[in-house]
Amino acid sequence: MKRLAVVSGKGGTGKTTVTAAIADLAHRDLDLVMADCDVDAANLELLFSPNVQETIPYYGMKCAQIDPDICISCGACAEHCRFGAILEEKAIYRVEQADCEGCGVCEHVCPAGAVTFVERKHGEIYRSTTELGPLFHARLIPGSGTSGLLVTEVKERALEAAADRDLLLIDGPPGIGCPLIATVTGCDAVLIVTEPSMSGRSDLERLVRVCEGFRVRMFLAVNRSDLEERITAEILAFCAEKGITVAGLIPFDDAVQRAVCSHRPLTRTPSPASDAVAAIWAVIRDEMGLP
Amino acid sequence: MQIVIASGKGGTGKSTVAANLAWSRAQAAPVTLVDCDVEEPNLHLFFPGGHTDTPVTRLVPAFDSERCTRCGDCGRFCRFGAIAVLKDRVLFFPEICHSCGGCALVCPNAAITERPISLGRIEERHPLPDLRLISGVMNEGEAVGIPVIQAAKEAAAGDATVILDSSPGTACPVIETVKGSDVCVLVTEATPFGLHDLKLAAEVVSSLGVPACVVINRSCGDEDETEAFCREQGLPVFLRIPFSREIAAVQNRGGLISRDLPGWQTAFAGLYEQVVSRVEVQR
Repeated sequence: MKRLAVVSGKGGTGKTTVTAAIADLAHRDLDLVMADCDVDAANLELLFSPNVQETIPYYGMKCAQIDPDICISCGACAEHCRFGAILEEKAIYRVEQADCEGCGVCEHVCPAGAVTFVERKHGEIYRSTTELGPLFHARLIPGSGTSGLLVTEVKERALEAAADRDLLLIDGPPGIGCPLIATVTGCDAVLIVTEPSMSGRSDLERLVRVCEGFRVRMFLAVNRSDLEERITAEILAFCAEKGITVAGLIPFDDAVQRAVCSHRPLTRTPSPASDAVAAIWAVIRDEMGLP
Repeated sequence: MQIVIASGKGGTGKSTVAANLAWSRAQAAPVTLVDCDVEEPNLHLFFPGGHTDTPVTRLVPAFDSERCTRCGDCGRFCRFGAIAVLKDRVLFFPEICHSCGGCALVCPNAAITERPISLGRIEERHPLPDLRLISGVMNEGEAVGIPVIQAAKEAAAGDATVILDSSPGTACPVIETVKGSDVCVLVTEATPFGLHDLKLAAEVVSSLGVPACVVINRSCGDEDETEAFCREQGLPVFLRIPFSREIAAVQNRGGLISRDLPGWQTAFAGLYEQVVSRVEVQR
């Protein structure tokens, strides 16, 4: 089984569109499992109308809780909390759960034993079926923290289901922080989808330097490549310097927005963008040694 | 007045709106623009020029091997698995350390002190006499940039008009950026992805008690569902930016449509007035 994650650094470059198109092509002759690791804004489900088979609650780290009947209002917890998670109002102390990292320092310093740790549901993980194969996705309750841990849990379940299949295809998160690191960890390859803008190029360079810390093969696709050909050329030069395989360029094409608006993968209707993704997939499939 | 720009979905045009809003406002009054997307900061690309740097650090443990008895209390305490105590030495993994300070507190032999390590930096620029740009930049390879966001907001504290540009998503970096703001501008695009993520972002912002309004970017005329959602939720739509290759070209090259294309300075100055009025209505 091979593991491929689609990532971008900058948001909105077309990760989900490309992931869905590759899934649509790959499932025609490969055994495929998909995971949506962009857990705080998961969109893959909007294209594949998944049938949810199982809903698994996600708890994340336990959070501190102060029992007001035991609390002696000494303030030691608030003094030692590095995350500003303990609030005091009229000598009543309470934990702001969204800020609590679950480190346990408050429990350790409390002389009265008023602090306990409780599980709190931060989201849900879904095991679904789609016409292309199983999809693992999740919903983070808006306002909860810890999305990196949720990414890891979604991925672990998807990996288990993909054990005797050909490909685990992951739609990744934007950025370079914990959700991205959790996504890339353990992958064989990443496909970086970027765009020819100053922001896209800057974010790409930061992402590549993070990915270099992992033993992961890098492929790159430039989306809407003809909108600013000078920057596209600079991106290609950067890839040559870094030894990143350019899998292809996707031209700007109205068909992309039409596909998203009709909730369908791009590859269901012929178009220049659809042909470009097919060519990109052919390169990756060959280079990754997929059947 | 603290205005935060957020979106849920990435790439909808948060930085475009933040940069143009700040540039337009700075023609009339002082404004401070803060890049809180510390994983992928981009606002400085719109305002090239020299800058001053202030480091942002975080504390991690330092182990005194003379005093340490390898008792293992620190490793058992650490909920993040950042410390492994072996028979003859202690292994420490700084990238998963949350800097809570617990290990130093529990060590019975005072063998642990804390030392600062670099997490990122705050860059400051003054692209116009009335425009101050503060960019939070997290080091590549770090997992959690929250202290950089806090330092960037702190650097702007006390300034009369502050515009914060958030990272995409709905998780901790967004919450850290949005909280404490007077009003939030949600930037969306009229696609099923844009609308789905707008709903999530609106939920987060509302849970933090911050009033919100909407800008629809890359508008192509068919935005009935987005408009209907905004009406239901009482979210006023204050500006529509159409999709055009001309606007995309200005953007992609790091230009500002309010400076480089006619009509947009007035449009963004109008957006500023409407956003401010939204705060006053709430009060």
